[in-house]
Amino acid sequence: MKFTGKISISLLAFMLSLSATAQTKNDAAPQQPRTAGVAPFWQQVPVPPLHAFHPQEPRRVALPNGMVIFLQEDHELPLIDGTIRIRGGRRDEPAEKTGMTAIYSEAWRTGGTKSKSGDELDDFLETRAALVETGANADSTTLGWSSLKGDFDATFAVVLDLLQHPEFRQDKIDLARHQISSAIARRNDNVGSIVQREAVKLAYGGNNPYARTPEYSTVNAVTRDDLIAWHKRTVISGNMIVGIAGDFDSAAMESELREAFAALPQGAPLPAPQVAFQPAAPGIYFVEKDDVNQSDISLLDLGIERRNPDYYALEVMNEVFGGGFSSRLVLNLRTRMGLAYSVFGSVGASYDHPGIVRIGIGTKSGSTGAALEGLRKQVDDMKQRGVTADELKRAKDAILNSFIFTVDSRGKVLAERLSYEFYGYPPDFLERYRAGIEKVTAADVDRVAKKYLHPEQFAILVVGNKKDFDRDLSTFGKVTTVDVSIKGNPGGAE
Amino acid sequence: MKICRSRFLPAILAVMLCAMAMRAQDVASFEKRITVKKLPNGLTLLIMERPEAPVFSFYTYVSAGSAQEVSGITGLAHMFEHMAFKGTDKIGTTNYLAEKAALAKVEKTYAAYLAARLQLSEKSGVPDEAELAPLEKAWKDAIEEADQFIVPEQYSEIIESEGGVGLNASTSWDNTDYFCSFPQNRLELWAYLESERFLHPVMREFYKERDVVYEERRMRTDSSAQGRLIEQFLGAAFIAHPYGHPVLGWPSDLRAFSATDAINFFHKYYVPANMVVTIVGDVKAATALPMLEKYFGRLPASPPPEPLRTREPEQNALREVVLHEQSQPFYVEGYHRPDIYSPDDAVFDVLSDLLSKGRTSRLYRSLVRDKQIAIAAEGGSFPGGKYPNLFYFFALPAAGRSATDMAGPVHDEIEKLKTTDVSDEELQSVKTRAKADLIRGLAENPGLALQLGQYQALYGDWRELFRQIDHIDKVSKADIRRVAKATFSPENRTVATIETRKSETKKNESGEGK
Repeated sequence: MKFTGKISISLLAFMLSLSATAQTKNDAAPQQPRTAGVAPFWQQVPVPPLHAFHPQEPRRVALPNGMVIFLQEDHELPLIDGTIRIRGGRRDEPAEKTGMTAIYSEAWRTGGTKSKSGDELDDFLETRAALVETGANADSTTLGWSSLKGDFDATFAVVLDLLQHPEFRQDKIDLARHQISSAIARRNDNVGSIVQREAVKLAYGGNNPYARTPEYSTVNAVTRDDLIAWHKRTVISGNMIVGIAGDFDSAAMESELREAFAALPQGAPLPAPQVAFQPAAPGIYFVEKDDVNQSDISLLDLGIERRNPDYYALEVMNEVFGGGFSSRLVLNLRTRMGLAYSVFGSVGASYDHPGIVRIGIGTKSGSTGAALEGLRKQVDDMKQRGVTADELKRAKDAILNSFIFTVDSRGKVLAERLSYEFYGYPPDFLERYRAGIEKVTAADVDRVAKKYLHPEQFAILVVGNKKDFDRDLSTFGKVTTVDVSIKGNPGGAE
Repeated sequence: MKICRSRFLPAILAVMLCAMAMRAQDVASFEKRITVKKLPNGLTLLIMERPEAPVFSFYTYVSAGSAQEVSGITGLAHMFEHMAFKGTDKIGTTNYLAEKAALAKVEKTYAAYLAARLQLSEKSGVPDEAELAPLEKAWKDAIEEADQFIVPEQYSEIIESEGGVGLNASTSWDNTDYFCSFPQNRLELWAYLESERFLHPVMREFYKERDVVYEERRMRTDSSAQGRLIEQFLGAAFIAHPYGHPVLGWPSDLRAFSATDAINFFHKYYVPANMVVTIVGDVKAATALPMLEKYFGRLPASPPPEPLRTREPEQNALREVVLHEQSQPFYVEGYHRPDIYSPDDAVFDVLSDLLSKGRTSRLYRSLVRDKQIAIAAEGGSFPGGKYPNLFYFFALPAAGRSATDMAGPVHDEIEKLKTTDVSDEELQSVKTRAKADLIRGLAENPGLALQLGQYQALYGDWRELFRQIDHIDKVSKADIRRVAKATFSPENRTVATIETRKSETKKNESGEGK
């Protein structure tokens, strides 16, 4: 349960809004008739069958040039929103230019087009309350837009102009670099951002492309030519997937998009890079922060891909272990022991590379050792003692009864389909997910707990104020102090 | 929205006509789908039928927040919010009668322990642990005895296994709210659970939950330089009104207040007349209302609490707070402004948009894009709205810039508002965005429930959500200058900054690899 300051917009972002629970998947299971009698009242409340529901699938269109488009009509509101996902992202940039896609995705939009500066685009769009924004992820960049229906043509023209005629004006590249350098200077200011960054490095290895972080020197190494070359390499028809949702007629929109995208440079999708995952050696990794009174502790290891047949059993295990307020971690360490506000844990799963096993807690400096001990005990219990029949039922019910929330809006259905297309998953993956969860048995959960929880392998990250700890961290294993110092200066090289 | 034929009209004009036409249609269509009913006990039910998918979201607004707290119980509104997940006399217990007796003993022993602790600390400054120890032990023993009857987290467990998602709650200075989404066939089950927790709340595990809340305070405030800054900023800006104390409470109060205090707070403020329950989704008002009335009608009617007496006195001197932190600098300044019921409220909305919204906003263009002295800058209203509030300006200085570097450029922007009319295009743009943003906010059940519930509670009519657009439309250039002049004066200003200092302990002694 959180407290909100209700500060508008971005000020909130600086006030660490962290929710205590990670909300998981979800659904519409066949309803069990409920029997009255001695059951407590809440079990006597009638639960009728769920209304029949057939989520509207988006229309998939494959263009001759290799581009794939998904159209999702939705006439509820007079808006049209779209997004283009382009293969190639942070994991594909050279290590010595880490931060390049971040600069690219900023300067692509702010740097404008051949005919209009970015500032002119701002004026043009804002008077229409329209948005065109670019972004970068680990494996892709995105170009998205949103406008009132009547402004679709004007807005989409900007999108096409940015795709085909970006200018990457130098002053905006410099501004983006300046912004990223300023963010680097701030990256040790709060515990959350230290943990977020160092946890990935420990789970994947410090040089892993998913874990690398920009430094002043790598940001300064990026040139305008790099950005232009990147654009030329990635913005090609076969490398892009488009999703569009809103108040339009699909047939008319399809022909408009077919025509618009036919002119794009042709080419095949970028191949996925070969990536090595080298988790840190087991032990304690400590970051000293002497202006805090709470420690942040994370147990880290390599997780799995969603393709793994054990995914479903692990989803159920995650629900039992750390899935909600009634999960073991919350119930034992927060509710029963009062050790933490934030406590969570799961074996993470990603689409095309291993996720991260991350089990974390925030506790007062004086109970750092007790909380770490508590986390380890919960892992051991999960591994050694398995689930009870009651826990299994509740976890499966929680996932299956809330499954409907994965498809309860057309936008969500579209987003899921775009992900499956992007990562080469079957289009009915959600249905398979539900079926997979239904089949999970207690024996499955016990088996995967043993297979994927390796307490002896954990890299344990502790960020906190050592002088107030209840136990010396070395009593838990070899302690390595992590150097988080920021090298070099914003303006120059190291 | 078929009347929107923008291609035949000049673009700007078309946007305006479109947005306004759509809005009109939407209010009409909302009228058809919304039912509001005030129950005999004073509780307001609002139902919006939105059968897009077989789900619904609810939003329960309680018009009580930390502004209702007085010295000694700061943080209690938020504490009660946590306690509302602890179950009832039927949920979360193995034997309520025995538990009730045990909980009474917990309160009795705690009162004795607390009284002694406070007395000792008044006399000597520090309590003598030896004198307190037996009292503390009696209290802890009583807790242990009560704990044996607990079924922990049973309330959340029922909701989660029944398919509830997004289960949470939040507390602010103005209000406390509770929310979650469910499959549509759990409507009655939810109505039972939601009404029951406000009919028969049980303060079990109170003192352990108080530790949990203290950890929340450590995370958000004590261990965060910006959290500490905001706490100091509000404390300086409000010397009388409760907006000056933190929602999370002062540390001493968090260590003192009791379950008895919490239940007293509950009885005083969680009266049906102070609550609005909103449901949006696959729900038929005609069939749902009688059922909802059956459950929520059970809450006993009670007179609404006395309105807050204290008003913030007029500020007549500049106030300044400087924090020396191991953090990059931060700049915030605030000016007292009237509450949301002021006729000028829409002018402040326009000011906020003009200064902060998007890539054309004045603070972004000036501080971030052109002068390049900040990486983010904005202005808006904070921390509440029901009572006279602040209008703040904040900036995150870029690398190499200090907090004080922000003051001049921020004040230049403020002077411009006072002395120069905004352009027609700029004002029009703000108004267009307000309309588009309203429409964008209508797309999801949880957001709709929140907005309709808040407007119904704050203004007594959900339609005010749409009327705010009319108010914004009426704001003139002269209004902006007038309000800027009246509000943004040095004697009405509170400034809070973070200036960077180095760590006291030597960091990274070994510096070995990652």
